[in-house]
Amino acid sequence: MAEKKSLFKEFSKGIIIENPVLRLVLGTCPTLATTTSVQSALGMGLAASIVLVCSNIVISALRKVIPAKVRIPAYIVVIASFVTIVQMLVKAFTPELDEQLGVYLPLIVVNCIILGRAEAFAGKNPVLASAVDGLGMGVGFTTALFLMSTVREILGAGSFYGISIPVLSNNPMLIFILPPGGFFVFGLLMATVNKIAESRGKPRAELRGCEACPMAASCTLHNAPQPEPEQKSEEATA
Amino acid sequence: MEKRLTVSASPHVRSPETTTGIMLDVILALLPALVMSVVNFGTRALALTGVTVGTAMLAEYLSRKVMKRNNTLGDLSAVVTGLILAFNLPVTLPLWMAAIGSIIAIVIVKQMFGGIGQNFVNPAITARIILMVSFPTAMAKWIAPAQSAWAPDAVTAATPMAVLANVKGGDISAVEGLPSLTKMLIGAHGGSMGEVCAVALLAGALYLLLRRVISPIIPFSFIGTVAVIMLIAGKGNFTFLAYELLGGGLILGAFFMATDYTTSPLNAKGRLIFGIGCGLITAVIRLFGSLPEGVSFSIILMNILVPHIERLTTAKPFGYEKEPKEKEAAKA
Repeated sequence: MAEKKSLFKEFSKGIIIENPVLRLVLGTCPTLATTTSVQSALGMGLAASIVLVCSNIVISALRKVIPAKVRIPAYIVVIASFVTIVQMLVKAFTPELDEQLGVYLPLIVVNCIILGRAEAFAGKNPVLASAVDGLGMGVGFTTALFLMSTVREILGAGSFYGISIPVLSNNPMLIFILPPGGFFVFGLLMATVNKIAESRGKPRAELRGCEACPMAASCTLHNAPQPEPEQKSEEATA
Repeated sequence: MEKRLTVSASPHVRSPETTTGIMLDVILALLPALVMSVVNFGTRALALTGVTVGTAMLAEYLSRKVMKRNNTLGDLSAVVTGLILAFNLPVTLPLWMAAIGSIIAIVIVKQMFGGIGQNFVNPAITARIILMVSFPTAMAKWIAPAQSAWAPDAVTAATPMAVLANVKGGDISAVEGLPSLTKMLIGAHGGSMGEVCAVALLAGALYLLLRRVISPIIPFSFIGTVAVIMLIAGKGNFTFLAYELLGGGLILGAFFMATDYTTSPLNAKGRLIFGIGCGLITAVIRLFGSLPEGVSFSIILMNILVPHIERLTTAKPFGYEKEPKEKEAAKA
């Protein structure tokens, strides 16, 4: 029972408290680039989620085989294989989506959410937990993209999922589908999610060093032993 | 011994100047230009101003209320933002678009960053640029003056800036459609609602300068830089220079928007750099850019640079010496 509950926690943390885009501020580039329409945002979210779950499972299964010194190249090879599979599938079955996503589909290889989860979670947790973590993060990523693209497409193009909305499509505010509008929506959405997380007693995602990071509890860098500060001051006075 | 001194916290000497007073002065200074825009474009100019000012005040009131902050309507800064925004819009702009502009200026640019004195760019200019990018057709519909702007079939006219964009090397006789210089002065030509009448704007600017509400450094270095570059670009043609200085939003921008306290540098040296930068960017956009006018972009770009200008021009305290670098300190 206890294990079940913690698995659910691994899943649900990705949606709001540790939402990869809105709280950890990872994967900003595909977020801003593909949220001009709901269709491409959902496509991006799903493709990245599939890769995330699969690579989390494989990396977690191989975590005792991969030597620590070459883990990053090893992770990248695993991720790249799954991205290639997903890309081939998208090209074969939904060529339209492939055209919409363009270069951002192969760029999932270097999406920092995926490498980040591999490094922070899959590399040191069992397979099932890693799969659930990947799923939660994937859902969080897709939800964030969906929300952003909904706002941007409705206001900026006057349509939703390609279907035009009567009054709004006469004079859409073009700025919302341009990069500056993307940043506006991103910022406002981030503020909202921060507010929700704060109301649950979590620190806001701000540039306030390691302590304020939503991932502080599970981060290797943060939990590593700190170098003794006294030694340094002695050198300075010597 | 009895205490004879009352010790209280500073400040001990207070200036009679208040934010409300300064804003009131700016509003007074903008009034002649508002009157002239009604003369030139009819009552729709008044309606547009009403909408932007009204929406700006409503947005200020509501956003302060939602964010549980104190009500700042009394400082009149929302009124000034609304007025300046209206001055930057074409008179035919649909009223709901103007209202969106006011909401952007107050809610996103000003209140999201903490309200008056906290915004890092000028709210009215940012709103104008966002409207320009969002509704390019409606924001570029300039009508010829002296006709009712309410009529849907009002005759459109190229602005002097659009005509000047085709001028090569200051040879203005080669292009057609430039109004006479007198018309440029009184504002009988196409353009944004409040920017057309140079005389009214200059009268307002003079009032602000005499009341010492604005410092002359920014506007004069701004306009001066544009003038020097245009004189060189126009190969010494003074008529071309006059059109460049009177046309577009240069006077409105230099005196009323670039001088915004919050978004301009504090000391004289910084202001000089700020003004020259604005002038340079404006001239470059006018001469080489794809847009005919660059005043708003120049001001917003220099607004963003203000923190860096401040860091470069901070006055050194008397007798201040640079602290020795860490390495040297370690050696000693």
